[in-house]
Amino acid sequence: MILRIDNLVKHYGQVRAVDGLSLEIAHGEVLGLVGESGSGKSTVGKCVLRLTDPTAGTIELAGRDITRLSRRAMRPLRRDMHMVFQDPFSSLNPRFTIEQIVGEPLLRHKVADRRGVSERVSAMLEKVGLRPEMRSRFPHELSGGQRQRVGLARALILEPKLVVADEPVSALDVSVQASVLNLITDLQRDMGFSCLFITHDLSVVEFLADRIAVMYLGKIVESGPKAEIFAAPRHPYTQALLSAAPVADPVRQRERRRIVLGADVPSPVDPPSGCRFHTRCPLAYDACRTDEPPLTDTRSNGHPAACHLITADRIPDAAAHR
Amino acid sequence: MTEHAVAAGRAARRRRLWRRFRRRPMPMAGLVLVVGFVLLALAGPLVVGDPAAQDYLATLAPPSPAHLMGTDDLGRDAFARIAHGAQVSLQAGVLSTLLAMAVGIPIGLVAGFYRRWLDPVVMRLVDVTLAFPFLVFAVGLAAIIGPSLKGVVLALGFAQLPAVIRITRGEVLAVREMDYVAAAVADGAGDGHIILRYVLPNCASPLIVQATVAIPTAIIGESTLSFLGLGVQPPTPSWGVMLTTAQQYLSDAPWLAIWPGLMIALATLGFNLLGDGLRDVLDPRSGR
Ligand SMILES: Nc1ncnc2c1ncn2[C@@H]1O[C@H](COP(=O)(O)OP(=O)(O)OP(=O)(O)O)[C@@H](O)[C@H]1O
Ligand code: SF4
Ligand SMILES: [Mg+2]
Repeated sequence: MILRIDNLVKHYGQVRAVDGLSLEIAHGEVLGLVGESGSGKSTVGKCVLRLTDPTAGTIELAGRDITRLSRRAMRPLRRDMHMVFQDPFSSLNPRFTIEQIVGEPLLRHKVADRRGVSERVSAMLEKVGLRPEMRSRFPHELSGGQRQRVGLARALILEPKLVVADEPVSALDVSVQASVLNLITDLQRDMGFSCLFITHDLSVVEFLADRIAVMYLGKIVESGPKAEIFAAPRHPYTQALLSAAPVADPVRQRERRRIVLGADVPSPVDPPSGCRFHTRCPLAYDACRTDEPPLTDTRSNGHPAACHLITADRIPDAAAHR
Repeated sequence: MTEHAVAAGRAARRRRLWRRFRRRPMPMAGLVLVVGFVLLALAGPLVVGDPAAQDYLATLAPPSPAHLMGTDDLGRDAFARIAHGAQVSLQAGVLSTLLAMAVGIPIGLVAGFYRRWLDPVVMRLVDVTLAFPFLVFAVGLAAIIGPSLKGVVLALGFAQLPAVIRITRGEVLAVREMDYVAAAVADGAGDGHIILRYVLPNCASPLIVQATVAIPTAIIGESTLSFLGLGVQPPTPSWGVMLTTAQQYLSDAPWLAIWPGLMIALATLGFNLLGDGLRDVLDPRSGR
């Protein structure tokens, strides 16, 4: 395992952004972490990179517990992981040239001298589909798609083992989303890094991810191999998310029954009792309001999901109920 | 190669900013006034006569070819005194602002960056001092330090300090939330590197604008302190000292008050127009 998160908790004052979350990523694996806005996805990413200090739980990078390492002790480990940010406008220092931005990790970890930096930056820019002449430009001279490629180049230039990609395409024009997504897919195949790919849109990870973890109000509600999640989602929330995502196959699209979730996402300051999803779940019953369902896989062919119906070995079907 | 690319990029950026600035009439007028003021202060004293030379045959003389701006009660040439006074004003304005920036920016940077530890203490002090109007604060400091140009610079510099700290800190609080700062942390960059290469450069624009507001305020401050006798001392010509004298001869020789008053107004206006223009041009949110 390159990454193992166990029972991670992160509270911002009253806000329970992440509230007991566990997940694992194997070497070379892409895990899609999916959830609505405010479910705590970015907070997980920031904890993994120790950009913020976890409240509780443990984070292991390649078998080493990094949860409480000091900033100094973290420094050498930062060669092995990096992050791609959502907003291509605030993630690049406006006062740096592209070469300075992309070359910064090389100088920081003393991997190359100044001349070597220039060469490696050029090579990396070509890898992400940018002309080497871009080196002397400033971020504001670039389009959103180009900036995101620069962000990728920076994150990948040290050939990290783990990349946290926090909604790397959701701020981009729809027309350039696909090309950046394809680029990430190609680079991942090429370089073989493991990836925690964060997104609110399941369709984004349909081709890229090996496994999917679905997050709701700071917790994982279902996780499993991508094919299983897409073909047979078990948790009512996953079913609702999938029913809202666009599907490439027109036959499936027509057959599909859309599940509309009532009510807004509850506040993470005071999450609902019992199953956190019960205020919106079409299948909710008495036990859901009082008891918290464990993340279990009782069915022999199944993958873990947190729902009382699954614990009782029944198959939830949110779409059948309206 | 690296340095070359960086230098080329910077030069391009400067050219673009200048193109944007040049198109605007008011900031350009401000720039002309400021350049005129600086030239007067630097070159004026070299071409005009001795500001202390007294012409007893022409006391309180109105403007004439011999004395372009007239003479004062002791028969000293007003133009010569205005030119030398410009030097005093420029020094008081620029040096006090530099002092405030040199001390205030590091404090603001550190307070804003280490918000949890230092910030509450620093901001409490800043709030207390900001409760006094700038000039009241400056007058109080000047009274303690003693009247001289050095005293004026110190008093005005310290009086500006709270505002500089507050502005810097406010910018730091905004900049430190940017993803590029998080990216630097993810690189393993140290605090010093992040503060100097990421935070400070991105706080620079509002601070440059602040300087163009602070300089004219300090120029008025110098005049006020000198006018009150707390600043530059008489034989040295300062616009404020000239106003003090002029006040006694307002009906006989009104020009004695008009010249320094007009100069203070023009210099202040120039810096303010320039500052407004810089604010527009340096704000990355305004058009490319
Ligand atoms: N620095 C912070 N201080 C206080 N609250 C925060 C902070 N960062 C995040 N939160 C809160 O924590 C919760 C989870 O935020 P997070 O950004 O992790 O969600 P997300 O799933 O990434 O959402 P989005 O899709 O909007 O990016 C939200 O309620 C958010 O308001
Ligand atoms: S436990 Fe109850 S509320 Fe939660 S998902 Fe299952 S059925 Fe819905
Ligand atoms: Mg987020």
